[in-house]
Amino acid sequence: MEDIKNILSEIESSDFDKASDEEKKSAVRERPSTTFFKDGLRRLSKNPLALISFVLIVLVTLAAVIIPFVWPYSYDAMLGNVPGKSMDMSYNNLAPFEYSRSEQLRMDQGEQVFPHIFGTDASGRDYFIRVIYGTRISLTVGFFASLIVLIIGLIVGSVSGYFGGKVDLFVMRIVDIIYSLPDMLMVILLSAVLKESLGLWIQGTVLESIGSNMISLFLVFGLLYWVSMARLIRGQILALKEQEYVLAARVAGAKGSWIIRKHLIPNCMSVIFISVALQIPSAIFTESYLSFIGLGVNAPMPSLGSLCSDALNGISSYPYRLVIPALVISVIVLSLNLFGDGLRDAFDPKLQK
Amino acid sequence: MADRKMNATPLVEIRNLKKYFEINEGFFKTKQLRAVDDVSFEIMTGETLGLVGESGCGKSTLGRTLLKLYEPTAGEILFEGKAVKGKKELEQFRKKATMVFQDPYSSLNPRMTVADIIAEPLTVQGYFTDEEQKKKRVRQLMDMVGLNTEHAARYAHEFSGGQRQRIGIARALAVNPEFIVCDEPVSALDVSIQAQVINQFDELKKTLGLTYLFISHDLLVVRHISDRIAVMYLGRLVEIGPADEIYDHPIHPYTRSLIKAVPIPDPDRAAADKEEGLKGDIPSPLDVPTGCVFRTRCPYAKDECAANMPELTDRGGGHLCACILK
Ligand SMILES: Nc1ncnc2c1ncn2[C@@H]1O[C@H](COP(=O)(O)OP(=O)(O)O)[C@@H](O)[C@H]1O
Ligand SMILES: [Mg+2]
Repeated sequence: MEDIKNILSEIESSDFDKASDEEKKSAVRERPSTTFFKDGLRRLSKNPLALISFVLIVLVTLAAVIIPFVWPYSYDAMLGNVPGKSMDMSYNNLAPFEYSRSEQLRMDQGEQVFPHIFGTDASGRDYFIRVIYGTRISLTVGFFASLIVLIIGLIVGSVSGYFGGKVDLFVMRIVDIIYSLPDMLMVILLSAVLKESLGLWIQGTVLESIGSNMISLFLVFGLLYWVSMARLIRGQILALKEQEYVLAARVAGAKGSWIIRKHLIPNCMSVIFISVALQIPSAIFTESYLSFIGLGVNAPMPSLGSLCSDALNGISSYPYRLVIPALVISVIVLSLNLFGDGLRDAFDPKLQK
Repeated sequence: MADRKMNATPLVEIRNLKKYFEINEGFFKTKQLRAVDDVSFEIMTGETLGLVGESGCGKSTLGRTLLKLYEPTAGEILFEGKAVKGKKELEQFRKKATMVFQDPYSSLNPRMTVADIIAEPLTVQGYFTDEEQKKKRVRQLMDMVGLNTEHAARYAHEFSGGQRQRIGIARALAVNPEFIVCDEPVSALDVSIQAQVINQFDELKKTLGLTYLFISHDLLVVRHISDRIAVMYLGRLVEIGPADEIYDHPIHPYTRSLIKAVPIPDPDRAAADKEEGLKGDIPSPLDVPTGCVFRTRCPYAKDECAANMPELTDRGGGHLCACILK
């Protein structure tokens, strides 16, 4: 009893007064207000895994872009095959940091010779620059193919999802048909057909330098792989368009294009990010198996996939020739996936703690 | 509420409004869901019409169809005496009739700042070409609904439910509308905040001369703010009349049961309510009873109730009821 009285005497009645406006204001958690994008970046910068992945992607990309310009060897030069001289077979199949006979001679005379870091391949081409160049090709294919898929999928999916009705029914039946085709077979057939017909079409244009195989690869992607992207985006749009903020925009008199641009697409951005990040490695893989069966990039252009398949011939003697491009593929795929996850976490406020 | 001057011209009128949804039941088989069935009423300029009914009875659908967010299956919508038909009329209608939504979370785009959300109707309608003036208008609106104008650059998820609802109100007020459909604007809020927001609605109505269709499943909320009350059951209007009249002298057995469900602080009146409560559950709107829609749960149901849905008949003083009971 005494205790309670003591405690009661310590309590002041002013403690029970209503909070003044000032007190209320200070209780409100103040934080600098930033744009949505900055906010997302701030959260992204707190995710070490995503940051490391991002740095890796940037490094690999920079290496693929810059190194071919400064490297003394070219990806398609057979070093033992100098015009006017007989073939120097000692350039072929060099191990890492090994030198050919003529290079050894030049070094003995005190000349500086740039080492073959990964050795050379069966035709005497510097393997390091081939891997770098292959990375460049694979990244380009992955990026542009995903971009094509994204653009087609985004337009078709959002129009179909937003307008619904007959448009949706029609588009989705086409999607179903394309979806039900055996895609491996279609890719092979399409690229075989396109390769032949495109070669004639693009003769003499700038496109010729890219090569008919590469263009047919992009077309195959554009024609086949947009469907899953379109489906994904349509599903998102269907769910989002029931949100009351879309109704609010319609009450305000907004048109379909405004609603799609301002409300629907920004709100499925995280899903789009993720699927593009996943689309790139899947495009890299598709390019690899096409290269493997000779429908990929035009020889002598290397891609990581064609390097892997070439390496299969000498797998027992030169296993590193398979391991290196495979490792590069893994690094690219893994970092893209981790970075995609990081993006989702950072730009999806619903997941915020 | 007698201090309000009411004009004798209806601002909004609906005639025999119907909204049926086609529900897919397997391949090529659809069934009609009668969300709103043959509803007519008018709302006078400066008046607040409360709309009550259990959840799922079609209140939101009625509000949305009335604003032409859903294409009506049948019936007419008149605004200021003119039918809202065709592109031009709809464009005009969009500048004068807006809506406040139920869910303070899904009604604000999480990717937009508060300023952009409130300015959206202005932007869409092309009201201000000058960005500075638009910003000024937004600040004015935020002030009007009691939001701190310094928070204009924030995102909606940084606000509480009550504040979010105020953002929704500011958005609805942006184009200076005459008529606002309020679809359960407080039912998602804490009880302590409900009163504040309702008072805000009341105040805005007085200062801006607004007309409301105020939807709620809570009769107490509706009674507080409404001049007249309309009662809905399974897509049908069963009773409509002045708020006090409906509350103190309900005629329809459904309205009576609703009022009885309201907790009454007065023990004498509570004791006087000896009537039975409703029996059974609300039928599926896919399978509406024949005749009077309420007869399956009505304690007074007779054989004749199965024949026809009773018409709304005048019981004096603008009090209409769709029931065979006197
Ligand atoms: N877009 C829609 N498609 C199909 N059925 C709907 C749709 N919107 C509402 N309904 C149905 O219409 C009925 C009335 O719903 P609603 O108007 O939301 O009721 P309330 O607002 O009174 O709770 C419900 O049975 C609901 O399932
Ligand atoms: Mg509702």
